Amino acid sequence: MTSLPTTPSKKKLGLVIDLDICVGCHACAVNCKEWNTGGHSAPLTDTDPYGADPTGVWFNRIHSFEVENEDTGGRTVHFPKSCLHCDDAPCVTVCPTGASYKREEDGIVLVNADHCIGCKLCSWACPYGAREYDEDAGVMKKCTLCVDKIYNPNLPEESRVPACVSTCPVGARSFGDLGDPDSDVSKLVAKRSGYDLMPEQECKPTNKYLPPRPKKLGNDAPPPELAPVADSSAGVIARWVDKFLSA
Amino acid sequence: MHPAKSVIFFTTASGAGYGLLALLIAGNIFGLIPAQFWLAFIGYAVSYVLITGGLLSSTFHLGHPERAWRALTQWRSSWLSREGVMAILTFIPTGLYALHQLFFPEMMQGIMGLLGVVGVICAIVTVYCTAMIYASLKPIHAWSNNYVPAGYLLLALMSGLLLLNSLLALWGFATASLQLVTLLVLGVALGWKITYWRFLDSSKSISTPESATGLGEFGAVKLFEAPHTEANYLMKEMGFKIARKHSAKLRLITLLAGFIAPILLIILGLFLGTVGSGVLMMLAVISAAIGLVTERWLFFAEARHTVGLYYGAPHA
Amino acid sequence: MTEGIVLRDERADTSPIVSDEVKYTTCYMCACRCGIKVHLKDNQIRYIEGNPDHPVNKGVLCAKGSAGIMQQNSPAKLQKPLLRVGERGEGKFKEIEWEEALDLAAGWLQDVRSDDPSKLAFFTGRDQSQSFTGWWAKQYGTRNFAAHGGFCSVNMAAAGLYSIGGSFWEFGEPDWDHTKYFMMFGVAEDHDSNPIKMGLGKLKTREDAKFVSINPVRSGYSAIADEWIGITPGADGLFVMAIIHELLAAEKIDWDYLKRYTNASWLVIQAEGDAADGLFARNATGTTLIATATGELLPHSDRKADPVLVGTYTLPSGKKAVPAFQLMAERYLEDTYAPEAVAERVGIKADTIRRIAAEIADVAFEQEITLDIPWTDWAGRPQEKMTGRPVSMHAMRGISAHSNGFHTCRAIHLLQMLIGTIDVPGGFRHKPPFPKPCPPGPTPAGKETAANTPLNGMPLGFPKGPEDLLVDEAGNPKRIDKAYSWEYPLSAHGLMHSVIHNAWAGDPAEIDVLFMYMSNMGWNSTMNVPDTIRYLTDKKPDGSYKIPRFIYSDAYHSETVAFADLVLPDTTYLERWDCISLLDRPISSAHGAADAIRQPVVALDRDVRPFQDVMLDLGVKLNLPGFAAEDGSAIYPGGYSDYMVNHERTPDVGPLAGWRGEDGSGQGRGGANRAQLDAYIENGCFWEKKFTPEQSYYKFANKSYLEEAVHMGWLAMPSPVVMEIYSETMQKFRLAARGFGDRQPPDHLRDRVETFFDPLPLWYAPFADEDKGEGFPLHAVTQRPMHMYHSWGSQNAWLRQITARNPLFIHADTAAASGITDGDWLWVSSPYGKVKAQAKLMRGVNPHTVWTWNAIGKRKGAWNLKEDAPEVTKGFLLNHIISELLPPREDGYRYSNSDPVTGQAAWYDLRVSIEKCDAADFGETEPMFEAQGAAGLPEPTELLRYGANLKGEASHLDPVPMKDWIGNRKENAGKKSGIKPGHGNQIDGDSEKEKE
Ligand SMILES: Nc1nc2c(c(=O)[nH]1)N[C@H]1C(S)=C(S)[C@@H](COP(=O)(O)OP(=O)(O)OC[C@H]3O[C@@H](n4cnc5c(=O)[nH]c(N)nc54)[C@H](O)[C@@H]3O)O[C@H]1N2
Ligand SMILES: Nc1nc2c(c(=O)[nH]1)N[C@H]1C(S)=C(S)[C@@H](COP(=O)(O)OP(=O)(O)OC[C@H]3O[C@@H](n4cnc5c(=O)[nH]c(N)nc54)[C@H](O)[C@@H]3O)O[C@H]1N2
Ligand code: SF4
Ligand code: SF4
Ligand code: SF4
Ligand code: SF4
Ligand code: SF4
Ligand SMILES: [Mo]
Repeated sequence: MTSLPTTPSKKKLGLVIDLDICVGCHACAVNCKEWNTGGHSAPLTDTDPYGADPTGVWFNRIHSFEVENEDTGGRTVHFPKSCLHCDDAPCVTVCPTGASYKREEDGIVLVNADHCIGCKLCSWACPYGAREYDEDAGVMKKCTLCVDKIYNPNLPEESRVPACVSTCPVGARSFGDLGDPDSDVSKLVAKRSGYDLMPEQECKPTNKYLPPRPKKLGNDAPPPELAPVADSSAGVIARWVDKFLSA
Repeated sequence: MHPAKSVIFFTTASGAGYGLLALLIAGNIFGLIPAQFWLAFIGYAVSYVLITGGLLSSTFHLGHPERAWRALTQWRSSWLSREGVMAILTFIPTGLYALHQLFFPEMMQGIMGLLGVVGVICAIVTVYCTAMIYASLKPIHAWSNNYVPAGYLLLALMSGLLLLNSLLALWGFATASLQLVTLLVLGVALGWKITYWRFLDSSKSISTPESATGLGEFGAVKLFEAPHTEANYLMKEMGFKIARKHSAKLRLITLLAGFIAPILLIILGLFLGTVGSGVLMMLAVISAAIGLVTERWLFFAEARHTVGLYYGAPHA
Repeated sequence: MTEGIVLRDERADTSPIVSDEVKYTTCYMCACRCGIKVHLKDNQIRYIEGNPDHPVNKGVLCAKGSAGIMQQNSPAKLQKPLLRVGERGEGKFKEIEWEEALDLAAGWLQDVRSDDPSKLAFFTGRDQSQSFTGWWAKQYGTRNFAAHGGFCSVNMAAAGLYSIGGSFWEFGEPDWDHTKYFMMFGVAEDHDSNPIKMGLGKLKTREDAKFVSINPVRSGYSAIADEWIGITPGADGLFVMAIIHELLAAEKIDWDYLKRYTNASWLVIQAEGDAADGLFARNATGTTLIATATGELLPHSDRKADPVLVGTYTLPSGKKAVPAFQLMAERYLEDTYAPEAVAERVGIKADTIRRIAAEIADVAFEQEITLDIPWTDWAGRPQEKMTGRPVSMHAMRGISAHSNGFHTCRAIHLLQMLIGTIDVPGGFRHKPPFPKPCPPGPTPAGKETAANTPLNGMPLGFPKGPEDLLVDEAGNPKRIDKAYSWEYPLSAHGLMHSVIHNAWAGDPAEIDVLFMYMSNMGWNSTMNVPDTIRYLTDKKPDGSYKIPRFIYSDAYHSETVAFADLVLPDTTYLERWDCISLLDRPISSAHGAADAIRQPVVALDRDVRPFQDVMLDLGVKLNLPGFAAEDGSAIYPGGYSDYMVNHERTPDVGPLAGWRGEDGSGQGRGGANRAQLDAYIENGCFWEKKFTPEQSYYKFANKSYLEEAVHMGWLAMPSPVVMEIYSETMQKFRLAARGFGDRQPPDHLRDRVETFFDPLPLWYAPFADEDKGEGFPLHAVTQRPMHMYHSWGSQNAWLRQITARNPLFIHADTAAASGITDGDWLWVSSPYGKVKAQAKLMRGVNPHTVWTWNAIGKRKGAWNLKEDAPEVTKGFLLNHIISELLPPREDGYRYSNSDPVTGQAAWYDLRVSIEKCDAADFGETEPMFEAQGAAGLPEPTELLRYGANLKGEASHLDPVPMKDWIGNRKENAGKKSGIKPGHGNQIDGDSEKEKE
């Protein structure tokens, strides 16, 4: 009765997030809220929604960082974060009730809201801050990887993708089976050196991040410098008069 | 980490309760405590009130206390579950032992002695489980280390001893040797607390804003904008921040009230003799309670969670 | 233990029923107009997602669009018509019935119309039915009509239309699929919200493209740019001119393109002191002349002529003339435009400017691209291929919101023309109905107005010379906003930001009724909040308001509502019909023409009416031609949807281009089709006509395209659109200023017109730098948050959780120099006032610039937010310290704080100083205005459990295989099978992988 699947699934569904192109627009976060507030974990309660301290349940949030570097100049990186559906998910093993579980068939980490006692321990155990306590419902909620969307035969095929993925305007989010090295997402990760967040926490996250690519500052292969065709502006025009009118 | 009152009360009270319980049983087995009915009765009553009160209060912070029974199911992987299971299990041997000692002290002494030993072990294991709930949380550097279980056990023992001493003193059975042992434990606990704080101040989580974002190769990472301008659950729960000034003051209170004052009071008691020391021991208990609650408050408030790294904390 | 004792239950319902019904319509959480699918369940909105077939958004949806549910759920929705009972600004109203409201409005409007229709000022804000409201104004007979363009980005529109026949804004787009070098000037978000994001995603994941963002702030799009150029505000013109300097000096220019498609070769008369100085040389038939290498002078339209771009020629009249190109080259080759000379003011190292110029030259001329698409030019000459110089540019309010924005934008267009990159593969592409003739279309109507008489044309238009201005004999403005006057001659979108001040001041004239729609002029869309409040509430000595009547239509409880005498509550975008028409702001892309509709998808639950229906009703009550028939009955009794189908602006051309004619086969033209709306709905509420490959580029000179454009009614004739590096229109105004012609500016404006009507792009410091730069060392600008639409996002329970307050962002070094640390409260002062804000330090910002998010601060009591909401207590507006007027001239006269050519509001000219507040003043923003009344709104909820009752029942259908989805481009994932190009390269059923 231990909490992680005894036979870890080969299939590891997850997201790949491209930090090179995320513009930090929050579309994925809001669309996620929109889908999920009527979905598996409904509702994603908001307290004091029109008051001094509006707070609500969100499964996906967008941070922005500045990374400073004397040599290459700084950069700003937008950084979306939701549950990483870890292989060694501590949020599952700490759960005293079994409400938190990892699906055998595809590795999705879910909470059974009917069994959760709202002890919040899983939110302490997750290093990433991917768990969302719903104060009103008294239970823990979290990214479901849109489990009620991706397999849902009531939706047309193109909609059977996590809400955050299909809505992302720049295409910074990909979805697929990261357990299959031949899947397109796995290849993308390999090609772009996708990485884990906080590997030292040993959660073995499924979701991968693609690093921002080096800036093209023109230093590597600078184009030839522009050489003036004459010494003075009058000279340039005189040259053109020669060039075009002597023909 | 957000210092929730119910959890602070639960851990301190149940620690003291289990400490006293284990000492009462052990003391009885080894004949170190005079077999006095009311002394034992009040002793057991105090420990069970503390334990049960603590356990009950721990359910106050649950979203669904009515489902608390479910927390007993995942003992294979969850320390919280183990703690719940152990807490309940502990009632059996210790309860039987207490009943036996109070009402049928002559019956089945051998088996009952064995049961007492089991009870003591159970109490220790329960406290250990409580500690491990915290110590197993890797994202919290302040907790996921060996100081934490050691500390929980030490403080349980220490608060148990203080309680036992005051009981003994009230009944006039106080012994210098036990008081010396108490002094010793207080000293060790004090040393432990200082060492723990040294550790806390001089080390930090291996996780950094750079590893949290994976952007370290590009330079030093600093939060530019958080996902929300107002605090969210994560920030309220895990991002609790305490000013340095504030924590220094509270640490002083912890040291003075939790350890130094009880030490001085006991020493004073040793000089004054038994009658006075009953009052002094009570004072020591009250002082220690203040100190330990402050200690536990700080245990939460000073603990930084890695999630803070995503919200502008320079380290965790 | 009600659940029973199940210890673990690891079954999640993977196939719940999502919705009872899905309705298509068009999003209006912003002006981008994406297609949406609205899932409805139990008469509630379950989910809104992008329409994958829609030409604008192809299935994606931004944060605002995704929050549509909360807009519909907003407690700030107005409930019923309101009549003011308190003082203006207090927000005390009584609810009245619609009949009373309409009669009141019609009464006021009839009085005005029978007297002098110009005493109605009808200004609409962020409006998408401008062809309808403009037509209403025309039929009513007032010249005082405009929408928000004058304070938004008319600089971009005018500079574009007067230079290249199209413009940035949302009327063109980079060739995302082919461009290799993309330069973005001053854009945080723009109207093309999703298309720009999709485009950047495409471009960034191609290996061969570079994205350069020129912007004082490194956030949003600039964050993902390959190179961020943190320019000092207001200096882009200089930056671009320095690049032009470099390109000219190195002769990196597209001679052929300039000769064929621009007026670079046209001869400009050089005759100082002559009435024709600076005008084009023309032959007897009025055609402009060019010179050939042999010195022959030919009409530019001569199909065989090969014009030269330099040299001095003698005209038959004996006057000298030189090609426009030479005048241009002489100017920018001057040392004043050398990178070294401009570097300091621009805030960019000379080396960097030089390198950027070299990169542009390299991509344009060494990395030319060719598409194998044969086409025929306007003259019938077949062309084998389409060649393109794959450098593209886009610019928006960072350029336009400065008082030098018109010329700066023209400079960018000039740069594009020089390297031959407009409407070519890899370059900037027009969206239909653009390109339009250059200089553009009809002139503004309203020279004369008369009681009970419609105007003889649409109130907004494009002057082609002094003769088209709306001024009186003395040269004084006729319009309330002084548009089309000598002060702002090319103010093609009006000056909405001047209306309230001018109406209050009675300058140039008093008005009787101010009628506004969908614009928060009492708060975030005015340049000057404190004074605007004063203008709206100020009284005459007799106790009546200086602005006698104010009618306002809003859908929500905005700040402006509080000032209205009569409030006409509108519906939300999900409750009404709308028409996104080719006649005003269509949804076309470079790939084809498109328009769209909105249909009501949720039922009305309060006593509000669609504004367009109300305008139709008022039209009938006022007996306006076109609205009321002879017998007084309504011509469109079915309301706006009736108008959408049956109105014809010119014969066979109506608001909607799709499914016209009785059988629905007409595209662009055709009579009314009763089933037209059904056809739209059937098609997902949009219509699109894609161009053939042959029509896709070079549209300004492409026979096939030009003929199509004539057929569609976008152009009158299939003649080429010649782009203007040199603007003769500008020169005409300048000549008038020099004393030529029978229409001349009043003396006090001669210098101004002379200076700013330069026929070539010009750079001058923004006015605020000149006048008030001293003592106010910092530039202050705003940016749009991608997830908020101006003021109206803050009523949205989800969006406001992202941003409920705004700090003032400052460079860490700049802050350190003033002893400011994160979280400190500051006084931000301008010459016009001060506002208190909280500091937030960052590094990715030009050190001379501070900035904040736009329109987050709210007035207490507005939007049905609680009075202690962070938007009220911590959020602030820079608008409190901008001014709609410039400091007084010597004679005391104050110009509008606007571009002197177009009247565009110069928001980003703002200069400020910052100073840390006393610690005692920390905590709350200032100025703080009194709370406005709640106008009959419901109490906002404390707890929102939206969706609690929407959780689907299990459908008992078996789960189906889920779908992989690669958001990145093919190139990104490696050139391999299975990943298709297009947004979100979905792995389709037909991918190679599955075939194997
Ligand atoms: N999400 C969202 N989308 C919107 C809107 C909204 O409110 N929210 N509003 C819509 C409207 S009405 C408009 S007009 C468009 C405007 O769309 P944008 O043009 O993107 O408008 P801003 O957000 O004002 O962005 C102006 C940018 O110019 C920069 N800037 C300021 N001064 C200068 C300068 O001198 N030079 C350069 N190079 N950059 C400068 C600023 O830092 C900022 O990044 O957006 C439309 N789209
Ligand atoms: N400091 C600073 N100020 C700026 C700018 C800036 O960059 N910086 N940008 C300027 C620019 S470019 C613009 S365009 C303006 C925009 O400013 P505004 O045009 O004022 O835009 P909003 O505040 O979004 O919306 C106007 C009003 O429309 C109402 N509304 C929304 N939906 C509907 C509807 O369906 N029907 C009706 N009848 N009303 C509706 C809203 O409630 C709101 O009161 O702001 C300008 N102000
Ligand atoms: S990210 Fe956190 S919540 Fe998600 S699986 Fe990993 S540990 Fe659990
Ligand atoms: S909050 Fe719920 S899911 Fe999380 S550990 Fe506790 S019982 Fe498990
Ligand atoms: S996968 Fe679904 S639940 Fe998870 S973040 Fe994306 S939209 Fe939200
Ligand atoms: S929707 Fe895409 S671009 Fe926008 S924040 Fe999310 S991941 Fe980034
Ligand atoms: S960009 Fe967003 S808000 Fe604007 S129309 Fe599209 S989806 Fe709606
Ligand atoms: Mo705008």
